[in-house]
Amino acid sequence: MRFIFKTDYAQDIRLVKHGGNAFWYGVLGVVLLAAPWWASEYVMSQLHFILIYSIVGFGLMILTGFTGQISLGHAAFLGVGAYTEALMQAAGVPFFVSITCAALFSAAAGIIIGLPALRLKGIYLAIATLAFNVIVEEIITRWHGLTGGNEGKHLKPVEIMGWKLDSDGEFYYLCLALTVICCLACINLLRSPTGRAFVAIRDSEISASCMGVNLAKYKTMAFAISAALTGVGGALYAHKIAFISPEQFTLFQSIELITIVILGGIGFLHGAVLGSAFIIVLPQLISIAKGWLPEAMAPVGLQAVVFGLVLILFIIFEPLGLYGRWLKIRTYFELFPFYRKGMFRRQKSYMKSERLR
Amino acid sequence: VLSQILQLLLAGVSQGCVYALVALGFVLIYKATETVNFAQGDLMMLGAFFALTASVIMGWPYWATILFAVAVMALVGMLAERLVLRPVLGQPAFTVIMITIGVGYMVRGVVTMVPGWGTETYQIPTPFVDDVWKLGGVILPVQQLMVIGMTAALCAALYLFFRFSTLGVAMQATSQNQLAAYYMGIPVRRVNMMIWGLSAGTAAFAGILLAPVTFVHSNMGFIGLKAFPAAVVGGFGSVPGAIVGGLIIGVVEALAGFYLPEGFKDVAAYVVVLIVLMVWPSGIFGETGRKKV
Repeated sequence: MRFIFKTDYAQDIRLVKHGGNAFWYGVLGVVLLAAPWWASEYVMSQLHFILIYSIVGFGLMILTGFTGQISLGHAAFLGVGAYTEALMQAAGVPFFVSITCAALFSAAAGIIIGLPALRLKGIYLAIATLAFNVIVEEIITRWHGLTGGNEGKHLKPVEIMGWKLDSDGEFYYLCLALTVICCLACINLLRSPTGRAFVAIRDSEISASCMGVNLAKYKTMAFAISAALTGVGGALYAHKIAFISPEQFTLFQSIELITIVILGGIGFLHGAVLGSAFIIVLPQLISIAKGWLPEAMAPVGLQAVVFGLVLILFIIFEPLGLYGRWLKIRTYFELFPFYRKGMFRRQKSYMKSERLR
Repeated sequence: VLSQILQLLLAGVSQGCVYALVALGFVLIYKATETVNFAQGDLMMLGAFFALTASVIMGWPYWATILFAVAVMALVGMLAERLVLRPVLGQPAFTVIMITIGVGYMVRGVVTMVPGWGTETYQIPTPFVDDVWKLGGVILPVQQLMVIGMTAALCAALYLFFRFSTLGVAMQATSQNQLAAYYMGIPVRRVNMMIWGLSAGTAAFAGILLAPVTFVHSNMGFIGLKAFPAAVVGGFGSVPGAIVGGLIIGVVEALAGFYLPEGFKDVAAYVVVLIVLMVWPSGIFGETGRKKV
């Protein structure tokens, strides 16, 4: 059992809490850096997706997990980022400029949807973001001159100052670097006054505003930051699949993105990474399982059923997600004989009415 | 021109009735349990498939088909509440939204796996599919009139139910204040279960009315996404609001499909809902109250 005796405030906001932490993150870092040597081409491709989805997951986690705002429209931001990247690359803009622009344009879209969000709550916000997503998707489809409509857009591999990143390994390092940068930025944000304000808004808007948190400013900021991260993810996503079309940015994509956050564990940045790994691996597991099942038992609907079932079971039995499960296991070993079953039990709460505001 | 507008209005209203019925399902559940049921559209689809089974495979008459589908769906709705929704009672709205999305996925998946249903498109025979009435130059398809009439009948039945039956009054009490309803001896959990049943039954009815228009297939539930704007436009907690909202969305869509360039028809509902939310943050008929600390 480890006991960290804190003697000053700097210890509280340190990135690495203790030696064991540093060791395991070091191991993870080495394994990830060495991935091009140990991973097959197929695994590499999955790793790309996991990293890209992690960035998007960070964005959603800031909005949903830390600021407590619902968004069913994140695929729209993903689309804005992807199309910005595609168009700017076609115009010959350098990569770092274009990916910054992807983030900025997405952030602008985030502010647009953030403005009505100041007045809307709960379900109304969910519907507004849903409507936004459908409208953006339709604009992408219809604005043929700019986006190519349903024919979509092709992208060339990333090129940084004349150096083409066309192999899997090179693109992997780019994704890895951006993921780590985004992750550190999020950690930093969340221990700053801004991040504290987000958490205060999530826990209670009324008490946050009583403590002097400017709700309008911080909610809009949360939407902008979340959208910007999603935009970066979108730009990488566009490069990864090399062909983008409107049907990749539908409501169903949004729901899939939300499930990353739910399955990973709402309110933990680790959750974003775990959740995206799960979302990427799950379809592979299902298709492996299909091979074992008899022909009649393995139809097209299996994936939807498993997906729905996993979602339901997680919410009922593991509301803190994969990271929550890990926390429980860790606590069990840390406190070895003293772990009690009810330690993480949800509090029975009476229904909080949203009708009153 | 006038007759053309009238015809568009009629088409819009009849489409709006279907939206209204699905929206009504949302509102019933939301009012009673403050849960938003994202699976409503998929329940509607499931209801349509049960109707298909009864009418095509078992060869029952139309009216028996309706009764059968509504009854089975009421059971399915109650089962869903008992198994999935009750364990998360009292959790944040977002959690519950996600769990209903999960239910929707499952329903959609299961339907494609059932032998005889699958991914194909089917048609339910109706006794009045192709008839047309002419009224002074206006062509009135009987199909659309029937949809409107049946919706009106269902609304009247629901009104009477909520106004005069004990269970209906108990449901109203539950939706106004759960805790007070507990104190008055109303079995709130059981009432919630019945509301889910009622809502799923309404969805099945909507599915049957929609079947001649879009046919029956495993993705017809996506129309539920159009019923959302309907419920929100009317104010999520208001039953008359759901009907009005559905009609507004249906008519706007019909007009937009005719007078505006292609593509506007699909987004019209969402543009309307964004505008309405900007002006009335909780819908036209939405109730507003102030939270006191």
